[in-house]
Amino acid sequence: MTQPPPRILYCHCRYAQVVPPSVKDAVLRQLCEAGVAFEAVPDLCELSARRDPEMARLAAAGTVKIAACFPRAVKWLFASADMPLDPATTEVINMRTGSADDLVPSLLSTEMHPNLPAGKTEPTAAATATEPELASTPGNTAPPAS
Amino acid sequence: MALHDSILRVVLHEGEGARALSGAECFSAVQALLEKGFPVSRPRTTGTPNHDGKTPVLVAGAFTKSRTTTAGGDEEVAIDESGSGSLLQAAETARARAGSPEPGAWLPWFPVIDYDRCTNCMQCLSFCLFGVYGVDGAGRIQAQQQDNCKTHCPACSRVCPEAAIMFPKYKAGPINGDVVSDSDLQREKMKIDISALLGGDVYSLLRDRSERARSRFGKERDADKALSERQKCLTKLGEIVADLPPEVLASLPSPIQIARKAEEARARAAAAMKGN
Repeated sequence: MTQPPPRILYCHCRYAQVVPPSVKDAVLRQLCEAGVAFEAVPDLCELSARRDPEMARLAAAGTVKIAACFPRAVKWLFASADMPLDPATTEVINMRTGSADDLVPSLLSTEMHPNLPAGKTEPTAAATATEPELASTPGNTAPPAS
Repeated sequence: MALHDSILRVVLHEGEGARALSGAECFSAVQALLEKGFPVSRPRTTGTPNHDGKTPVLVAGAFTKSRTTTAGGDEEVAIDESGSGSLLQAAETARARAGSPEPGAWLPWFPVIDYDRCTNCMQCLSFCLFGVYGVDGAGRIQAQQQDNCKTHCPACSRVCPEAAIMFPKYKAGPINGDVVSDSDLQREKMKIDISALLGGDVYSLLRDRSERARSRFGKERDADKALSERQKCLTKLGEIVADLPPEVLASLPSPIQIARKAEEARARAAAAMKGN
């Protein structure tokens, strides 16, 4: 049985100038021309703050490719909306650092390269220091999840 | 503002009763809608679009027959060669009718916590004057009032010793979500040390100034001098936290209010720490 292609989410980062407009437009244009299904959102940050149900659908959809910004930011935008992504089935395409020519083939490919940062996904697993001075101890970061 | 209300979503329909859109038509429609703040779905399946029933939906397509609603009752609008004007107008009308939030009414700038790094030290909670942070039932730090955050102000991320606070729209790493390097961590710690050398924290600086100002104002209540003193305080804060936007500085409370709010925030943080 063939696997369904990954779902695609495109973030337009509407309310900031941090993603080059030329990259955003070229990625969106090629996405449209490819005739593939996709979800396009004006701003993933806004969806996260609103805890938009669309994020839950995407997080639960199996394999998903997200054209947005840094994988660490995307991971915690979903998690902070209580809709954590599955690190095993999520690939983030960073439009802040790549060119459209480099990014679009990855976005349209059915091959997955999951790249969310390793570590805990659930906010409930956050480290809980009991003393304030722990925070200023060098190297006192939460251990990665096994 | 009800931050948790869903924004109207536009679904491109290319199934029964509507032809497939060309790449150019699709791009033109999607880009125009995104620029106006509307999410867009181009579904994988053909046929009647489905949705969760909670998010208001407008269905758009190059329909072969004139209709105004789908079988599911969703409103429809035709994508035609007249440009995106009618599409945007229909989206705005449907949004207003559904009572969906106005896109762009709030600039989504707020802290996002990386819980892989966070040690729950509460420094952000005790630093933020605007009540953005709180704790959940388990005593864990959270960004709870995102819309209280001052647009373009990344100051709380500067006091985080673990570089665990991100602002995804910030210009540079690691605050923007880029990988945190050892040198980033050292730099963040150094900033806190500098702040400590200046008197514990930036708010204690302001508090000291407000004490001096209060005794002086007791002798001469001059409105111009009061304004001048406040501006000096804000300028000092701006020097310490270099990338605080001027509009954030301008919207800060008075030094006395700052001192009171800082005390309240500290008390909240201390209570949260005690509960852990």
